Amino acid sequence: MATTKKTATKKVAKKAAPSLKFNTAWEYAPALEGTSHVTIAPQYELFIDGKFVKPESGKYFNTINPATEANLSSIAEANAADVDKAVKAARKAYNGAWGKMSGAERAKYIFRISRMIQEKARELCVIETLDGGKPIRESRDIDIPLAANHFFYYAGWADKLDYAFPNRKPTSLGVAGQIIPWNFPLLMAAWKIAPALATGNTVVLKPAETTPLTALKLAEIIQECDLPPGVVNILTGAGATGAALVQHNDINKIAFTGSTEVGKLIQQACAGSSKKLTLELGGKAANIIFEDAPLDQAVEGIINGIFFNQGHVCCAGSRLFVQESVYKTVLRKLKDRMATLIVGNPLDKNTDIGAINSKQQLDTIHKYITIGKKEGAEMYQTDINLPRKGFYCKPTLFTDVAQSSRIAQEEIFGPVLTVQTFRTEDEVIEKANNTPYGLSAGVWTDKGSKIFNLTTKIRAGVVWANTYNKFDPTSPFGGYKESGYGREGGLQGLAGYLHI
Amino acid sequence: MSTNRLSILKTYKLYIGGQFPRTESGRSYKATNSKGDHLANMCWGSKKDVRDAIVSARAAWKGWSARAAFNRGQILYRIAEMLEGRSEQFVSELVSMDVTAQDAKEEVQDSIDRLVYYAGWCDKYQQVFGTVNPVASSHFNFSVPESTGVVGIVSKEASPLLSLVSLIAPAIAGGNTVVVIPSYSKPLAAISFAEVINDSDVPGGVINIITGKATELAPALAEHMDVNALVLGNESDELDKDAILKGTHNLKRIVAYHEINWKTEQGQSPYFILDLQETKTTWHPIENIGGAGAKY
Repeated sequence: MATTKKTATKKVAKKAAPSLKFNTAWEYAPALEGTSHVTIAPQYELFIDGKFVKPESGKYFNTINPATEANLSSIAEANAADVDKAVKAARKAYNGAWGKMSGAERAKYIFRISRMIQEKARELCVIETLDGGKPIRESRDIDIPLAANHFFYYAGWADKLDYAFPNRKPTSLGVAGQIIPWNFPLLMAAWKIAPALATGNTVVLKPAETTPLTALKLAEIIQECDLPPGVVNILTGAGATGAALVQHNDINKIAFTGSTEVGKLIQQACAGSSKKLTLELGGKAANIIFEDAPLDQAVEGIINGIFFNQGHVCCAGSRLFVQESVYKTVLRKLKDRMATLIVGNPLDKNTDIGAINSKQQLDTIHKYITIGKKEGAEMYQTDINLPRKGFYCKPTLFTDVAQSSRIAQEEIFGPVLTVQTFRTEDEVIEKANNTPYGLSAGVWTDKGSKIFNLTTKIRAGVVWANTYNKFDPTSPFGGYKESGYGREGGLQGLAGYLHI
Repeated sequence: MSTNRLSILKTYKLYIGGQFPRTESGRSYKATNSKGDHLANMCWGSKKDVRDAIVSARAAWKGWSARAAFNRGQILYRIAEMLEGRSEQFVSELVSMDVTAQDAKEEVQDSIDRLVYYAGWCDKYQQVFGTVNPVASSHFNFSVPESTGVVGIVSKEASPLLSLVSLIAPAIAGGNTVVVIPSYSKPLAAISFAEVINDSDVPGGVINIITGKATELAPALAEHMDVNALVLGNESDELDKDAILKGTHNLKRIVAYHEINWKTEQGQSPYFILDLQETKTTWHPIENIGGAGAKY
């Protein structure tokens, strides 16, 4: 689009006085969150049968702070023998104390976990930020409170399961193997463990290799809560550990959150077995702005949609669709707003965008940025300096993006937005649904009937209308199509852990 | 009239997109009973027939899923009406395929009753399984079941009519469209049932029936990228493993009902509808002006 290019050039010419660049005239004074209250041990073992034990593998790997590349701790790497030990402990607990316990008693343990997360919230949020690179504001206000709330919500279900599924007497499955990603480490652990325990199952959980610390802190909390040994086991490790867990014969349920590619492998590995499977996989969500939308709010929604958690969000609004009549205005407002984003030290309370989770992920993002440019899309990045150490990426957007472009089709999992335009409702519905994914979507318009036309026709599990990236323990989350199946959260989140 | 009048044999064909075409492959197989009677030359359907049926099912899905739930209920009820009227034909067809007279009569009656059962569910499962979620922020948040899309169904050899009806009805009650592989050894009732469907205001393409070998046709359903779910109502475990492996290419929802006895109460429930639904959750902010925020 020629007009876009002109706007972009004009912008560069006037670079000297960007009206909204808050951090130029007056520098923000750093507002660093303290770390003195935080204890990170130099080495962590596996949490099996209620105790921290050395790995059979004898191996350890390092977890680093992606914001500084400094080493944080040495972490045990579980192999197949460790997985077997953990599954046996979980089976023993299922056949023993936990399996025989009443729902009301189970509930009390889960409530206890929730309360203890709240008590240790400040330590947990700092560790989450140190280990994963996310801004402290997000781990403090979103990750940790939501994790505690998730346990609190599901605790209450434990003795009420007969009310959840009419005309059924649901029963637990047994041992659940759970594998979680690095983008919301503690929150994903809560999404997995809380419903599994509420429904009477026992758990072997594997956190991601780049962000194991808060899961290990959760193991300490679980110990402190006096949960019977073996009810929750936490095994650290990488892909091989996860594969051993999926392949173990004595597991009744696999719950996985991660990439669609790995999700398909897991579905294959479980083929022909009786393992129940839920998969929460990738996404490439459309965020759709109509001309009658409240544009300033919509721009906030776009920013939150793609730059929340550095774009490491499976439901990120990574494909922006703007109605042609307001395209120029929205793009100008969006670039102005992007210019105000502060990228830097995740521990700084002013920081909007923290560190990319790992070197590997940063490489992936760079690869896609190169692909976008090669495919002929127009790139825009904010004019900022990134910290010299650590893994950072400038907020990036692409215009002139073809529907077939890889940056519009594939999940990038970083702060990279593609912008496309549309004229009619039917056209944008067609474009929004033209993806193998179907996790989430956003719609911005002031017209109620238009909202529901869109929300009913978009094939996605979560649709945010005039808002984006909102989460709640009572609200079911999960995808259509290749974004996976099963729901986490709400009453619906119980189903994946029960025989109904 | 002459008593030794020559009877008219029926040609059994496929049912695709509301039409009765022959298989594009031109192949046929001999349907026989235990006495060795030659019952019919059935279409030996091909992978290409399956693909054509999927195209029809996808085209029909848009309208069928968007149709008023009440209207879907009326159409399912209409299928039951039509089947009731042709009971005798189905009984004699089943009897010709080795079912005893008593069992055949019961199977046809159960099939009619099952259609009526699911006709009633069409506009009710949403209320049973939908939720309004009390989120902590100022948002209206609700979850509703929506159809998965195009569903491939492999039916059973035993109880050929009742299995077929029990597998199709919950899928279409929930707004899905289907491509069905019926019983190979007892196939007559499936194609006669297609005639019932065709007379019941069911839009073309909502139900498609391809006779042939499940070992050949089920993998074609499983590997097709425009099929969203696979229902394995068949007896064979071998077939399942293969289907699941092929179905992972686009993460199909795969449900297996080997253990279900369709003749019992266990054979009908709204949970069969739910197995082929997705949950959609919608959020919308609630205005928060001039005091306390409203909540649901």
